[in-house]
Amino acid sequence: MGRYIFKRIIGLVILLLGITIITFAVIHLAPGKPTDLETQFNPKVSLEARERISHLYGLDKPLPVQYIEWLKRLIKFDFGVSFMDSRPVMEKILERIPVTLAIELASMILILLIGIPIGISSAVREGSFYDRSMTVFVFIGFAVPTFWLSLVLMDFIGVRWGALPISGIKSLEFEKFGFFEKLIDVSRHLILPVAVSAFGSLAGISRYMRSSMLNVLKQDYIRTARAKGLREKEVLYKHALKNALLPIVTILGLSVPGLIGGSVIFESIFSIPGMGRLFYESVMARDYPVIMGVLVIGAVLTLLGNLLADVSYAAVDPRIKLE
Amino acid sequence: MNILQKIYAVRLRQAAFLFAILFLLGFTADYGDTIVTGSIGEPRTLVPILASDSSSGAICGLIFNGLVKYDKDLNITGDLAERWDVSQDGLQITFYLKKGVKWHDGALFTSQDVEFTYKSLIDPGVRTPYAGDFQVVKRLEVIDDYTLKVYYKEPFSPGLASWGMNIMPKHLLEKEDLNSTKFARNPIGTGPYKFKIWKTGERLELESNHDYFEGRPYIDRYIYRIIPDTATLFLELRGQAVDYTSLTPIQFRRQTETEFFKKNFQRFNFPSFGYTYMGYNLKDPKFKDIKVRQAINYAINKEEIIRGVLLGLGRVSTGPFIPESWAYNKNVKPFEYNPEKAKALLKEAGWEDQDRDGILEKDGLKFSFTVITNQGNDERKMAVEIIQRRLKEVGIEVKIKIIEWSAFVSEFINKRRFEAVLLGWGLSLDPDMYDIWHSSKTREGEFNFVGYSNEEVDRLLLEGRRVFNQEERRNIYNRIHEILYEDQPYLFLFVPDALPVLHKRFKGVEVAPNGIGYNFIKWFVPSSERRYAR
Repeated sequence: MGRYIFKRIIGLVILLLGITIITFAVIHLAPGKPTDLETQFNPKVSLEARERISHLYGLDKPLPVQYIEWLKRLIKFDFGVSFMDSRPVMEKILERIPVTLAIELASMILILLIGIPIGISSAVREGSFYDRSMTVFVFIGFAVPTFWLSLVLMDFIGVRWGALPISGIKSLEFEKFGFFEKLIDVSRHLILPVAVSAFGSLAGISRYMRSSMLNVLKQDYIRTARAKGLREKEVLYKHALKNALLPIVTILGLSVPGLIGGSVIFESIFSIPGMGRLFYESVMARDYPVIMGVLVIGAVLTLLGNLLADVSYAAVDPRIKLE
Repeated sequence: MNILQKIYAVRLRQAAFLFAILFLLGFTADYGDTIVTGSIGEPRTLVPILASDSSSGAICGLIFNGLVKYDKDLNITGDLAERWDVSQDGLQITFYLKKGVKWHDGALFTSQDVEFTYKSLIDPGVRTPYAGDFQVVKRLEVIDDYTLKVYYKEPFSPGLASWGMNIMPKHLLEKEDLNSTKFARNPIGTGPYKFKIWKTGERLELESNHDYFEGRPYIDRYIYRIIPDTATLFLELRGQAVDYTSLTPIQFRRQTETEFFKKNFQRFNFPSFGYTYMGYNLKDPKFKDIKVRQAINYAINKEEIIRGVLLGLGRVSTGPFIPESWAYNKNVKPFEYNPEKAKALLKEAGWEDQDRDGILEKDGLKFSFTVITNQGNDERKMAVEIIQRRLKEVGIEVKIKIIEWSAFVSEFINKRRFEAVLLGWGLSLDPDMYDIWHSSKTREGEFNFVGYSNEEVDRLLLEGRRVFNQEERRNIYNRIHEILYEDQPYLFLFVPDALPVLHKRFKGVEVAPNGIGYNFIKWFVPSSERRYAR
């Protein structure tokens, strides 16, 4: 087992190296430069000045040299500084992660709390009116454009009703609040975004749950359980559910890297300073160090996630042995 | 009337007077309240000489001062400088600085700070985009704490306005690397507002500087909220969680024409400092003939574009200057919309529809070209669509291509891989346009990307930089304006209006050629209408 993990980690490092080479090449080959500035030319910013800035960023060196320099820094866990504001890339990423993680986690919990029961109850009542209306409900969530739903909710709940803040994650007076006030304030701000993001993803989990449950309910051991005269509740929740949940766990594992990815559209509409916006803004500004930083962290998480999944399979399933 | 009655009458008058004063006080300037502005962009850095984006510029403008600034009528006036002299030959400018001005940390502002800022601007290790204007300075001499002399290599009249560059504190930055200093997110200036907090991606907060040398600003707190989505920003405005932002023409004309907005907000419209144009690649044989360019100008109804794209909130542009500027030549009249004249001119230039397919030909080539513009600007996109239709009517086929900004600039504009381009210029208030129109500025990445070359304009541009007298400069730029409109290297389209919207509780706002922000420190909220307690 130990040897297996060691070998896998060596493999991962090589894979990661390959990923960085490819992403580095791709983002530098994309047309455009960090010195293209904003969306308007400024006649006061001369060509010489832009060339000077380009030189100070080291962008006039050949690409392989730039890559090696970047890699040398990376080995020391230094992701460099952002071209946009000269702040360390790591600092910029770390200040964004908590918000994104909180929202993604909260919405994932909400999805599970609502999606799984919907899936189970639909499977149990397969083909009923309830089943069909739930299907319609979750697919409405899936089909409605997030930005539209968000704006409508903001308009009615935030502007007209005034019950919740419209956008952002904190009130203007946040710094003066006590701990509990802060907690309530942030929660109030997060209700709409979390609800909208959960509504959009209910369909996935509830459908997986439904079909997995249906599958299990047709198994012989369920018939046996019923034949034994067990109460329906016990059959469903003790015997069927445990087995039906396995595929859901796999899906959850796959969504781990997404927890820190965030979403551009979503974060922009709700003015949430998260990872999605950071990545989008840095791509638009060709802020290479930040783009690379976000991508490397994403890649590492994905690779680790895979490794973890493989290892835990072996732990869970006695039929699988790792060599 | 006995004596008692007299005393009583006087008392009464005094009381009435006192009451009137108290009553007025409720509506006159007083300190307090907060202004919340909403913006889609976030500042990048608050080191003023590194800041190239408009958000950073807006915040730096409240925290810092230059030596000079533009007043409400767009004339240069003293800011940190009390006054200045320009020598007869135009080679020296002597600045006499205001005394007793303090940095927000209490240190005195002196000419040492100006010298430090100048040295940073010309330091090749500093990532400033503004070195250009200061590289023509031969040297800067500090005479005493409040006097300094700038020596120029040659007379350079835009140089005076360039000293509007925000001055940075030497005592805090001397030992810092400007490119990476913490000062960028915790600045100390001399301006009307002091920096307080910056929450990335959320907001910046400033508080009024009670010791500001032009007087304490009436509004105590300035909050700059970052709201990247325009629809959300508009909802926040409607929820009165944002006091001050800009509207789009459609928001101005349609969505804010409600009772609610009229009751709670004041809207303004005045010409912005920029214009939108269609530039031709003058190396392209189709556009070499001036008659063709003039024909296109006759074929396009500029008023129609303003009505359609800006809903009437703009004016026809006839040249590269700000309409309110002294450099603008009011005698240059826009070509009228006249498709017949356009057709006649095209015929004179040899373009005729020989195969009767509705598109003109010359030497077997069809008159068809592609206009490129950048993604994310609907006004530009709509303007090209109208141009496309109007040109089709005179027999010219137009194709449209929309490209993401950064790729657009580096692959198409800088490399001059375009036939025509629809773009806008945001302009500084000094009329010097050497970088845009001089025939030497056509290298890759320079701003004369249409490849314009006119000997007289070249000469006038140089002259305009050497003359300080505004009357003489006016004549020069008026002539440039005339030639450019005649030559039509650009199809000058429109000057869009700036459309700020502001909560109604803010008083003391007056529209001037310089917009509304010039007297921000004099804006106030009557005590009865405050929304934010301190």
